[in-house]
Amino acid sequence: MNIQTPARHRATLSAAHTAPSTAQSVWLVAEREIGSKLRSKAFVISTVILVLGALALVIWGGFSAATASGTPVAVTGDAQQYVQDREGLDVAEAADRAEAEQLVRDGEVDAAVVADPSSPVGFAVLAESNAPVQLLLTLAELPPVELLDPDDTNPGLRYLVAIGFGAVFLLAASMFGGTIAQSVVEEKQTRVVELLISAVPARALLAGKVIGNTILAMAQILLLAAVAVIGLSVTGQVTLVQGIGGPLAWFAVFFLFGFILLAALFAAAAAMVSRQEDIGATTTPLTFIVMAPYFLVIFFNDNPLVLAIMSYVPFSAPVGMPMRLFLGEAQWWEPLLSLVILLATCVAAILVGAKIYQNSLLRMGARVKLREALGA
Amino acid sequence: METTRPPAAGASLLSLRGIMKSYAGRKVLDDITFDVVPGRLTGFVGGNGAGKTTTMRIILGVLAKDAGEVTLAGSPVTAADRRRFGYMPEERGLYPKMKVLDHIVYLARLHGFSKADATDRARRLLEELGLGERLDDNVETLSLGNQQRAQIAAALVHDPDVLILDEPFSGLDPLAVDVVAGVLQTRAAQGASVLFSSHQLDVVERLCDDLVIIAGGTVRAAGSRDALRAEHASPRYELLSAGDAGWLREEPGVEVVDFDGGYAVFDVDSDATAQRVLRRAVEKGNVTGFSPLHPSLAQIFKEVIQ
Repeated sequence: MNIQTPARHRATLSAAHTAPSTAQSVWLVAEREIGSKLRSKAFVISTVILVLGALALVIWGGFSAATASGTPVAVTGDAQQYVQDREGLDVAEAADRAEAEQLVRDGEVDAAVVADPSSPVGFAVLAESNAPVQLLLTLAELPPVELLDPDDTNPGLRYLVAIGFGAVFLLAASMFGGTIAQSVVEEKQTRVVELLISAVPARALLAGKVIGNTILAMAQILLLAAVAVIGLSVTGQVTLVQGIGGPLAWFAVFFLFGFILLAALFAAAAAMVSRQEDIGATTTPLTFIVMAPYFLVIFFNDNPLVLAIMSYVPFSAPVGMPMRLFLGEAQWWEPLLSLVILLATCVAAILVGAKIYQNSLLRMGARVKLREALGA
Repeated sequence: METTRPPAAGASLLSLRGIMKSYAGRKVLDDITFDVVPGRLTGFVGGNGAGKTTTMRIILGVLAKDAGEVTLAGSPVTAADRRRFGYMPEERGLYPKMKVLDHIVYLARLHGFSKADATDRARRLLEELGLGERLDDNVETLSLGNQQRAQIAAALVHDPDVLILDEPFSGLDPLAVDVVAGVLQTRAAQGASVLFSSHQLDVVERLCDDLVIIAGGTVRAAGSRDALRAEHASPRYELLSAGDAGWLREEPGVEVVDFDGGYAVFDVDSDATAQRVLRRAVEKGNVTGFSPLHPSLAQIFKEVIQ
């Protein structure tokens, strides 16, 4: 063994060794959380599936919108003037009335438009057993309509958007909440936590975990949002993109803090048990809190009062407030107020969570009682 | 090998004074007081449930004490001091799905080393511990013995001034014991204070300079190994001679413990008696062996914990 090396080695490296700041410790922990997640096949596969799923939905939506746009009609040369500038028609040319009738009979088209001097409007619609109402309306001369109390959002679309916000929040929160809980218990179960907190404060460990998983969750959400927006634009659904852009941005902001809030609570709850099998015992109440907004927004997306309450309760605000913004039911100041409430709750949850976490982290064996975890 | 060198600048005496700890009214540590001296290996022995692990966790601050003081160079140990401690917990634990090298690098960085430094040290240390071939394997794929080596690397990678190792030798084969013992001796020679617990009394006896024996939550004996041996040495001798040693029974001040022809084990009342016996034995025939019998650590241990 070389006598010189260890001593010199020690001297040079001791100089480089300074205690890391809390921020550095937090970042190191966050970095490891992210790294270990990105190396996990389960995470990568589930992300790919989510993105592909979103892409498929958007493309399918765009595709069905495109096919739904035209009613197939056969038009004879002398009736062309009547269908010009009419939207929603998929026009096939027919040489004469006989060919048009044949096309209708063969089911090639839903109806045919032919010139008919005996008709008061100069043309007639030929159909097999009944005439497509949509086509008649398209061809009809309608008086201008002015709605005094418009039903601003299409109920189908409202439902879809409600499911979208609700499901994304539910999925991300339960998936990453579960991840955080597992990683906390893993550290307890393998006792690596004793090594960790002899190096860094428990609070830095908690913060690093929450931040690391928040970054991953946000990245996943932004990826999904980008896929949705780009997909919608490419398939020509520009109006929907414009309508949903603002609420989507708010959703991202609310999601960020709502997620941090839940992450801190999940970590604290998980710290109270020592084995993976026991996680459910302390995280079940949180799982209900995570699921509630999803069901509420699906059942009550047409109930302004429930939505208004949801948009202020911190746990459901990430779903409730963007929904109200999308529906145009919220005043400009409402998201700001709700965000302040959410932020305050977030700070409180972090403080309480850190306390539980610190008090429970080294208590192995039986589940730590909440009162003990909150005690001095 | 390392020759004796003065303790490094950062090395300092770790002292425990009057540590008390109770769980639910049951006293598990009662007035624990001892020192861990820089540059020396201190063995910490005691039966199951004697309080070794509790004491070590209190030193590391992962467990709160009810009373007493842990000081480093005279001042209470702070969180910053503890970053200069190396710890091997009783129940081993590393992230199962992390690569060995990455894991040790991560721990070094948590202790404040730059990425490059941390990698450099981790690699060197793992190679020293015989894990050079397994750097890119996940921890969970290592054998228990190799996981143990990785665990020791985790305790040593930040070049701690104070090492607190709970059963570092359990589960190691004799060769691995020698490797780890060598690493610990090197660290001590560089000035670190090393406290390690062990059930393997023969290893402790061979390795440590100082000893702390704990039983039922109290320190039963503490001090240098040699002093303890001297203190607990009964004045017992062994004689191996050509002739019959039956005459020993007649000698004043001699009590024969074991006897078989020319072989005898006996206690004497003084050194002078021992010398007189030796002279008489030589007069009576050829003496092939005459030596004082040192009590083994196991014997001392049994004696003090009673």
